[in-house]
Amino acid sequence: MVMTTVIKVVLYILLAPIIGGLMEGIDRVVSARMQRRQGPPLLQPFYDVYKLLAKQTTVVNSIQVLFVIAYLIFTIFTGSLFFGGGDMLLVFFALSMSEVMMVLAAYSTNGPYSALGANRELLQMMCYEPMILLVAIGFYEANGSFMVNDLVQAANPAIYKIPGMLIGFLFILTIKFRKSPFDMSTSHHAHQEMVKGLTSDISGTNLAFYEIAEWYDEVLMMGIVAMFFIYNNPISIVWALIACVIFYLMETLIDNVFPRVKYMAMLVSSWVVILVSAGTNLLILSVIGK
Amino acid sequence: MTISILKAVSFLILFPFVIAVMMFCIRNSSLLRNFVAIVGGFSVMATAIMVGIRVLSMKGTTRNTYLTSTAPHDHIIMGGELLLMAIVIFLSLKYKKYYAILLSMIGTIPVLAMDLSGYAVEGNAHLRVDFLSAVMILIVGIVGILICIYAVGYMKDYHNHHTDVEDRSNYFLALLFVFIGAMFGLIVSDNLGWIYFFWEITSVCSFLLIGYTRTEEAVNNSFRALWMNLLGGCGFAAALLLCNFKFGISNLSQLTAIIPRQNMVVMVPVTLIAFAALTKSAQFPFSRWLLGAMVAPTPSSALLHSATMVKIGVYMLIRLSPMLKGTFTGVMITVIGGFTFFAASLLAITVSDGKKVLAYSTISNLGLITACAGTGTTEGVWAATMLILFHAVSKSLLFQTVGDIENCMHSRDIEDMHGLIIKLPKLAFIMIIGICGMFMAPFGMLVSKWAALKSFVDSNSVWLVLFLVFGSGSTLFYWAKWLGKICTVIHQSYELEDITPKSEMISLIPLTCMIIVMCFAFPKMSDIMIQPILNEAFHKNIPNVIGGSDVIIMMIMVAMIFAIPIGSRLLAIGKKSKMTMSYVAGVNAGDDRHYIDSFGKARPLYMSNWYMTEYFGEDKLLAPSIVISAIIVIVMLIIVCGGAF
Amino acid sequence: MKISKSPWVLHYDGSSCNGCDIEVLATMTPLYDVERFGIINTGNPKHADILLLTGGINAQTAPVVRQLYNQMPDPKVVIACGICSCDGGIFKECYNILGGSDKVVPVDVYVPGCAVRPEALIDGVVKALAILEEKRIKVKESMKQGYCTVDYSKIAVRMKAEDYDPATQYDAVLTEEALREQAEAKIAQTAKPAPKPAAPAAAAPAAAPKKDEGGNA
Repeated sequence: MVMTTVIKVVLYILLAPIIGGLMEGIDRVVSARMQRRQGPPLLQPFYDVYKLLAKQTTVVNSIQVLFVIAYLIFTIFTGSLFFGGGDMLLVFFALSMSEVMMVLAAYSTNGPYSALGANRELLQMMCYEPMILLVAIGFYEANGSFMVNDLVQAANPAIYKIPGMLIGFLFILTIKFRKSPFDMSTSHHAHQEMVKGLTSDISGTNLAFYEIAEWYDEVLMMGIVAMFFIYNNPISIVWALIACVIFYLMETLIDNVFPRVKYMAMLVSSWVVILVSAGTNLLILSVIGK
Repeated sequence: MTISILKAVSFLILFPFVIAVMMFCIRNSSLLRNFVAIVGGFSVMATAIMVGIRVLSMKGTTRNTYLTSTAPHDHIIMGGELLLMAIVIFLSLKYKKYYAILLSMIGTIPVLAMDLSGYAVEGNAHLRVDFLSAVMILIVGIVGILICIYAVGYMKDYHNHHTDVEDRSNYFLALLFVFIGAMFGLIVSDNLGWIYFFWEITSVCSFLLIGYTRTEEAVNNSFRALWMNLLGGCGFAAALLLCNFKFGISNLSQLTAIIPRQNMVVMVPVTLIAFAALTKSAQFPFSRWLLGAMVAPTPSSALLHSATMVKIGVYMLIRLSPMLKGTFTGVMITVIGGFTFFAASLLAITVSDGKKVLAYSTISNLGLITACAGTGTTEGVWAATMLILFHAVSKSLLFQTVGDIENCMHSRDIEDMHGLIIKLPKLAFIMIIGICGMFMAPFGMLVSKWAALKSFVDSNSVWLVLFLVFGSGSTLFYWAKWLGKICTVIHQSYELEDITPKSEMISLIPLTCMIIVMCFAFPKMSDIMIQPILNEAFHKNIPNVIGGSDVIIMMIMVAMIFAIPIGSRLLAIGKKSKMTMSYVAGVNAGDDRHYIDSFGKARPLYMSNWYMTEYFGEDKLLAPSIVISAIIVIVMLIIVCGGAF
Repeated sequence: MKISKSPWVLHYDGSSCNGCDIEVLATMTPLYDVERFGIINTGNPKHADILLLTGGINAQTAPVVRQLYNQMPDPKVVIACGICSCDGGIFKECYNILGGSDKVVPVDVYVPGCAVRPEALIDGVVKALAILEEKRIKVKESMKQGYCTVDYSKIAVRMKAEDYDPATQYDAVLTEEALREQAEAKIAQTAKPAPKPAAPAAAAPAAAPKKDEGGNA
């Protein structure tokens, strides 16, 4: 039991950056094809991170480094907790903690663009935090446990009972990945008014750490999407993988189709979607549950 | 350790009054005053800890009930009630706020008449020290006393800065100790009449504390606090009369022993007491008194917000909690609590005054505690008690730090705390721990919030779950942006003079340590402190709310939080990095705080936090929240009272 | 792996007529698609490897270009795009034009043209990449010697009001050159003591050229 957990965690720590980097590469290639260009090589994200690691690091102050490292470590920790089969609520609390570390890294620089990005990132967190907690509750209502280990052994896939939660979660996934309608705090594309937002004053090794943490985070998020489909039948893993691919490509499409919205539109739309889809789902479940 | 618990408890109640009288006689800001406060305070604290440990080390249920026949005590209490009424009437006449007289008389006179006419039910134990009392004694005894000790140093600085305010610090300190004494009295009393007396002392004390500076604002705010609390007091008095006349019971423990399903009328006094608790705990619609309480010097806000005043309300709700399960009152209380949690956390986003953010966060957290207690489930009570413990420590620490920062920088605005980590590193560090204690993952508040979430899910209260998750989002926002302001490193700024006196550090450092220790010790605390309370309240054993493996993981997280900074210092990570200025589009004027404009002149540059006042501002949100919650409260009272008769 | 597989570009318009800028943007369109080479147009000097300058430098933009250049982490290259950026172009005689980009920052690649063709531009970037690789090796060497490390005592973290002296603040007055000089002095210092007693004769000549190399860089 302990051994399998350790193996899972080690596998996650080793494989997640590779998968995450590939996911980002695919995202960039697919985006480029959607814009009818050739696009970068598939391994481009790895080249980027390799370059960043090789470059000199400039910092604005001495504590910035600390927060970025804490962000990386806590993100890995969060993912390990999830893939090691831990408690879903705890996973999400750890997740928001790691995000706060990143926000603090941006705040600490005292740069106008970083501060702007930090405030926007906090707003983004405020948008997706309710949904993320509701997902954990949804799984609990559907399959009676907060532990990931128990949830994967469920008799039925969670999607049967909590489709609303999946809709809400996919909605906030756009916010979490900072894809286009909601790429407020920082963006993969060039944006004039915020430069790079959150990461404006982070460079070199620190930026590489940030990118790697993003990869871990992406894998974790896709893991949560997969949780909606996995049950005690091993074949469900295939379905889960297919679903992950579809939803991930859908995020790429959304990224390319929508222009950015104002922050209040993001807050209102995300909360309304969460309330309507996830809230209704929860209400129905609790009524049926009685 | 042969002193009986009764003697120790009497000491706890009476000795603060003695200290208060001594304070009143000593010269302002003399060394003797410091000595009396510290020695007296620590002796009270030691006694409180002793009582706490002795009670908590008992097995099974406690039967520490005392004082069955108490004619002389009752006479003293009647005299005290008259005195309180006289104080209120005198001050109301002085400031021409006549409505307070009316409320005070409505509450006090019927109770006095009942006592004098002999209708009051006699013959039951008046004091009871059970596990919940013990935990509350520990909170009041440790946190409350630390605040009093802090106040001694603080008031000296306060009057150095505020020369326009008349120095009545002896009177202030005396009031703080009276407050502590009344708190102990309230916690250990079982007789409803006695609880009512101590309840009124705290109302009047908070009124006097808030009005300390005697400015117009202070007077207005103090009267607002007074009428709201007296209104709650009236509700309590009505419940007291009902219990005596209708049910022939005089004790809280007798009331909670009745099973509501067999006798629905009993819900009327329960609802009235819950109503009183809502006013004390500053739930919407009664939150404005707590916001107004900020005008007073910081120790009084710290005392009102963290360890004492507002905790009385939730303490009463926890006492009533087993009765509330599944009742209409319980549902309404949880709705009000959940709504308060959500609305107050949104409002907290929009204010930049440090103390006001703390005030809204207090209201919001109390809302959560109220909601937990209202569910009436074991997990709910577990979470509520944990929240009370962690909230008391973190919040008193935060208030005291804000007070110190105000003394050093002459501002308590969050925007002025920009770069605090360089300006006042010691206080900033303490503050960071305090704020982390309020919302970060492995720290206490969040653990309790987690338990609250589990209890809401288990009790199938969907609306509460929704209030909680949305409230958590906004809670994260306002704490994290404050934390960000503190952690900002401004180039070329320098350390300010830290004028925090040693006596304040006596209070700050133990509280900081307590937050950290409580992180590690909470599974133990759950076993020792909370489980016995649950066993006693629900008469059954419940499984541990947070399981073993989770605890280990949280321990790892706590360890990591402290290991990462230390580790990266040791490994000299980042030492090789080159320093640059932050990016200001290439026109940085050299120090991160100025940029070169298009005329070639250096202009100041400043990024404020987001407050979003145009969306959640107090002028937009406060009035509707009060109206909505007032309607809920009125509906609750009408339906329960109307349904019963 | 080569770091030149992921060159991130910072584009700054010195005082261009916008002709070259349009061409710079044209390279990112599907027709030229520079992202094929991993090139990204970042708006941020702290992420950039290549500083792409268009237009001549005037009095107002000179300090800005300096600052952007200083904020870029090493290794970095500068490309002057268009004839104005190379030496001032038709605006050279204007009262406010200082001349080409090389008046304020060391330019590595000159790409002429009015306006510069996207093909030429891409060719220039590819040339710059080779220089980037070269520079990287040099920086690696000097980083080992403690090049550009920062004296943390100069940061304002533990400073009283009376200690405050703007002249000692690091980036406000210390230009890249000053930092470089400091670093070279440091390298010279570390090179002086005989490295290993085992082979003193072999080590001494090995240290000497390194010092020269640092001086030339």
